[in-house]
This record gives sequence, C-alpha cells and structure tokens, in this order.
Amino acid sequence: MLTNQDHSFSKSHPCHIIVIILSFVFSGFGASAQAEDTATVATYSSDISPAVDLPPITLLAVDTDNDNGGSITISWDDAGYSELPQFRGYEILRRSIQANAPVLVGTAPHGSSSLVDKSVSDDTTYVYYVAATVGEERFVSDSSSHVQSTWQIYNTTLTPLLIALIIVGGSVIFFIETAKRGRKLFLRKIAGLEAVNEAVGRATEMGRPILFVAGIADIDDVQTIAGLTILGRLGRTIAEYDTKITMPTRTSLVMTAGRETLREAYMAAGRPDAYSDDMVFYVSDEQFGFAAAVDGILVRDKPAACFYLGTFHAESLIMAETGNLIGAIQIAGTAQPAQLPFFVAACDYTLIGEELFAASAYLSEEPRQLGSLKGQDVGKAVAMMLILAGVLIMTLASMWELDTMNQLQQLMRDLFSLN
Amino acid sequence: MATGNGNRKSPSNAVKIILVIVAVVFLISWISKATTGMADSTWLNIRDGFLITFAAFLTLSIFSFLYNDNPFYKFAEHLYVGVSAAYWMCLGFWSIIVGNFVPHASKTLSTFFKVPFQEYSWFYYVAFAFGVILLMRLLPKAGWIARWPLAVIIGTTAGFNLSRYLHSDFMSQVGNTFQPLFVDWQGAGHFFSNLSLAADGQLVMSAGNWIVVVGVLCGLVYFFFSKEHKGMFGAASRLGIWILMITFGASFGYTVMGRISLLVGRITFLFDDWLSIL
Repeated sequence: MLTNQDHSFSKSHPCHIIVIILSFVFSGFGASAQAEDTATVATYSSDISPAVDLPPITLLAVDTDNDNGGSITISWDDAGYSELPQFRGYEILRRSIQANAPVLVGTAPHGSSSLVDKSVSDDTTYVYYVAATVGEERFVSDSSSHVQSTWQIYNTTLTPLLIALIIVGGSVIFFIETAKRGRKLFLRKIAGLEAVNEAVGRATEMGRPILFVAGIADIDDVQTIAGLTILGRLGRTIAEYDTKITMPTRTSLVMTAGRETLREAYMAAGRPDAYSDDMVFYVSDEQFGFAAAVDGILVRDKPAACFYLGTFHAESLIMAETGNLIGAIQIAGTAQPAQLPFFVAACDYTLIGEELFAASAYLSEEPRQLGSLKGQDVGKAVAMMLILAGVLIMTLASMWELDTMNQLQQLMRDLFSLN
Repeated sequence: MATGNGNRKSPSNAVKIILVIVAVVFLISWISKATTGMADSTWLNIRDGFLITFAAFLTLSIFSFLYNDNPFYKFAEHLYVGVSAAYWMCLGFWSIIVGNFVPHASKTLSTFFKVPFQEYSWFYYVAFAFGVILLMRLLPKAGWIARWPLAVIIGTTAGFNLSRYLHSDFMSQVGNTFQPLFVDWQGAGHFFSNLSLAADGQLVMSAGNWIVVVGVLCGLVYFFFSKEHKGMFGAASRLGIWILMITFGASFGYTVMGRISLLVGRITFLFDDWLSIL
C-alpha cells in the first residue's frame, strides 16, 4: 500500500493511511507489513465518528522565507475537525521522497494552523502530512507537494534596517568627508569632559596618581572600546603633565589593548620613555575580586582623580563610593542604565549613555570622530521625526476608526518590529 | 598601615592584641562547630567547622572595610583576587583550550585530555593562531604583530554590533514609542464624564503614553550634540535630563533593595550557619 508514489498514497483510503502511518511512527518500519495486514481490520464507522463526512485537511508546505535554510513552514486548513468534541490536536508527519516511512516531526494544539519544521536538511526533498486526532482516531491529509528548504541571501524583513543603516551610515560618511575638507563642525560642550583636564591637573599638583578603569567587560564590548578611546586622549594629557596613571583591568585583552593605547598616547605626547607596561595590569576575571582589588588600590594609593569609563555592573557603587571616600575627583561614564544612578550619586561628573561615545570625539577633535558624531545626530533627528509621525498616526487611528489610518498604523508597527 | 609607596610600619601592640583576640575567637568557633557537628565522621565535622568558621571570618573581614582599610580586609582581598585569578585561568584553559580547541584540532590531544574528538575545523586553528600572535608581544622585535588580532577583534565587534544595536537601540525603540496620545478616544464628553485614576482608565493610560512620548523626545534632545542647548531646545533638554534623573532615582531605590537582600543573605549566614542563633 505504502509506495514512493505520493499519488497512490494520497488516494488511499484514510483508514489505511492512518494505520500505516501509525505503524511506522509507533512501531517502527519493521512493523509495517503487520500494519498493512491489520489496516482492513481497524475501522471507524460514521455512526461513531461524524468526521468521516468532513473533507480531508488541505495543507501547504513551503520553504521558510528569509532564513539560512534548514526550515520548512507547514500550514493547513483543518476543514472542521477541530470543531469536533473529541478533537485532541494535530500531528505533523514528514517523509523524504527517498524514504518509505513518514516520521512524526511535531504536534500542534487546537487553534493552530501552522508549524515550522526546523529539522530538515537542505539537500533533501520532502512531502508532509497533517493528521487531525479525534478521540483515538487520526484523519490524515493528502500529501503536500514536494518541498525543499533553501537559504536566502537577502532577508527582506530587514529592509527597514538597511534603510536606517544607509541613512545613518551615509550621514556619518558625509560628515567625516566634510570634516576632512576642513569645515568646522560644531559640538556642544559636555560638562564631564570639561573636567578631564581639571582632574589631571589636580592629580599633578597633588603628586598623586590617576586611576583609570575601563569597565569590567571584555574588548568586544563597544563601551570598553569607547573607554579606551578616551584613555588615548587622556593618556596624552597625562604624559604631558608627567603624572602617574594606574589602570587595573579585569580581562587580559583589555590589558593588552590598554597598554597599546597608552603606549601610543605617550609616543604622541613625545614621552615614550615615560611609558611603562606596569601602568596597566591584570587583576582578576572575577567581578567582585576585581572590585575588591580596585578598592584596595583606592585606599592605599589614594589617587587624586578616578575615571570609570566602560561597562559596569554591581561593582560600580563599590568602587565609586570608595573613591568618594578618599576625596578623589571622579568622572564616570557608562551606557548601563542600572549603574548610572550610582555613578550620578557618587561621582563628580557622569557621562550618561551616549555622552560616553561622544566624549572621545569631543576630546580628540579628529575629523573622523566628529563626523561620526554628527552623523549619529542625523540619526537621532530622523528618529525624532519618525516618532512624531508614528505617534500622530497612532493617535489619529485611535481617535477615528479609519481604514487608511489603521493600515498605516499596522504598516508602521510591521516596519519597526521588523516582522 | 602599608601604602602604595611601599613604606611599611611594624604593627603596633594594639594591632597585635587585636590579631590575637580575633585568632582566639575564631579558633574557639572552629572547635565549637567541630564538636557540635552533625556529620558521621569526626574529620568531616572538623573540616565543615573550619569551612564555616573561615567563611564567617572572610565575610567579617570584607565587612571590616566599612570601618577602614585594615590587615583583615587586605588578607581577604588578596586571597580573593589570587584564588579567583587562578580559578579563571584554570577555567579558561579547560573550557576554551581543552573544551573547544582540542576536540577540533587533534585526536591525540583529545585522547590525552580525555575529551571526545569531534571533527577537524580550520576555524579553530585561526582562533588559535590569533592567540599565539597575541602572545608575540612578549618578544620585543615581534611585538608589533600582536596588534593584528586585536584589530580584527575590535573591528569585527564594531561591525557585528552595528546592525545589532541599530535593530535593538534604534528601530525597536522607535517602534515601541508609537503610542496613541489619547487611548480609546470617544470624544471629549465621554472623556470628561469618565475621569478616573484607575490604572487601566483612559486618563491614566493616556497620561502614561504622553510621558513616554515626551520623555523619549526630550531625552533625544538632551543627547543631541550638534546644537547648543538654548531656548526651546534647551528647555526640552532640561526636561529630558529631569526625566532621566527621576528614572535613575527609581532605579537606584530598586537596586538598593536588591543589595539589601544580598546583605540579608550574608547576615543569615553569620547568625544561622555560623552562630546558630536564628
């Protein structure tokens, strides 16, 4: 009965198909012969199952869009089986065209009409069946058409992201080129950064070191990179003032990057001889071990100025409060929303969120960084306009139930949720 | 007190007395825990007693920093840093080199380290090569090459995060701010005749949306660096920083509550596990 021909399979009596599939699923391939023998015995009659009067389930199996392969989406119209009192759910079965036996690939509850099968191979062609389970009986659909999963090189759902990237990235490139041509780009003052030179000068006058902590994240964190960029500019000032800097790090890669940054800063300041690798050292990967060590450095070395620039977590207040205790001037910056309150409370100046990223541009006044910051401002302006437009559409759609507004509302939601 | 300059004073008699008292107190605690232990073996009782007493000692040593820097805190700090540094190094070796690299690099090494060999993969050799190149900085003449893997790591991270952050911090944030300023609007008459402070009422929900929209816009204005914050722009910026500070205040209180629960955990350990008086 069960053959490689989907045609014959789909035209078989539902009762036979049910029993055959069940035999493969629950008893294994070896039991198929016995199942075929019993197929004519296993019966259901119209008086105990009204479902026999219902048309078969229709289904559609297609390659899942916008993925990297290995996925097929099966959707079905159950033709009324789910309305039956004893309906229990759906079983989705799959058979590769080289194989005889279908296998159960998933189940779906009442009310569902699709399932994504992520256990397929791109180089295999499959057919699918959907079985509605009613009481102890299963009503199996005809087979789907042949389907094979493939990967797509372009994810169309991310088109809005591409447009945003072009706008922001294009603005950044435009302003970088503008700055390179010598045009003066305006940047407003950032209070925390105005105090950087003051802090270094204070440390120099007091003859005490400066403590710099580039957060506790690794080098693959953008905030760590921002902290190190500021260190580059700060290092030049420190080298010019001939002040000592201490930089404990939590990870070895940040230590390496920190040493490179400081070495270059000292070279740029014309003081390569004053640089020492001992300025930047590894402490421990353990978060609170690192915090305990920084606290120890704070109370023993008593730095005059402390910089906390990067990603911080629960140790932020431990360090900042100790720095406050010893009377150091403290400048912090992080984009961790949960830690900003502690820095605001315990530090003299805090670079909030994006100010941390703007800081390096402001300090360096390099065309590339200034242009990048101006380009990001264009992104913010675009965001503000989009928000205003979106809010206006949502409000109008809420006040007047107009189809056009509702369609616009749905369009905006779809675009920005990237569905 | 030791300083960062390396000047060391010999401890005074008062400090010596305190050290002796602390040592005696914790020795008594250890003996007490060992003799009252519930384990089957005497040695187990002695071991458990020592571990609990030592944990209590370290906890109190860390707490002693609240008074000032002192030898107990220094001991706990150095022990913690040393042990954790060694622990992370071992963890890095066994999880990264043995756990990830060896199973994809060598059958012989897999057999040696008793990890199942998986399959050869050139990708892991690239990562290994990067690690070796990073170590080249130890050689004065070849140190420059150590910058290459760093450049690759930083560049790859920046590129990878660009699309991720553009999605999560730009598109999603903008999309989530699309809120109607008047929720379930059915006319001014209906609005004023049904004024209520219920959380799901029209007034409260509309006010919430106003705060979200105005807060986001003013916050964005604050982070706009291309224009001086003066006039209307300055007023919006100030409102933005006020909203940020109110948010920080709420976040501060919430986090402090979390820290209090951590403190309760340590105090419970001291009074229950160690002193057994709870």
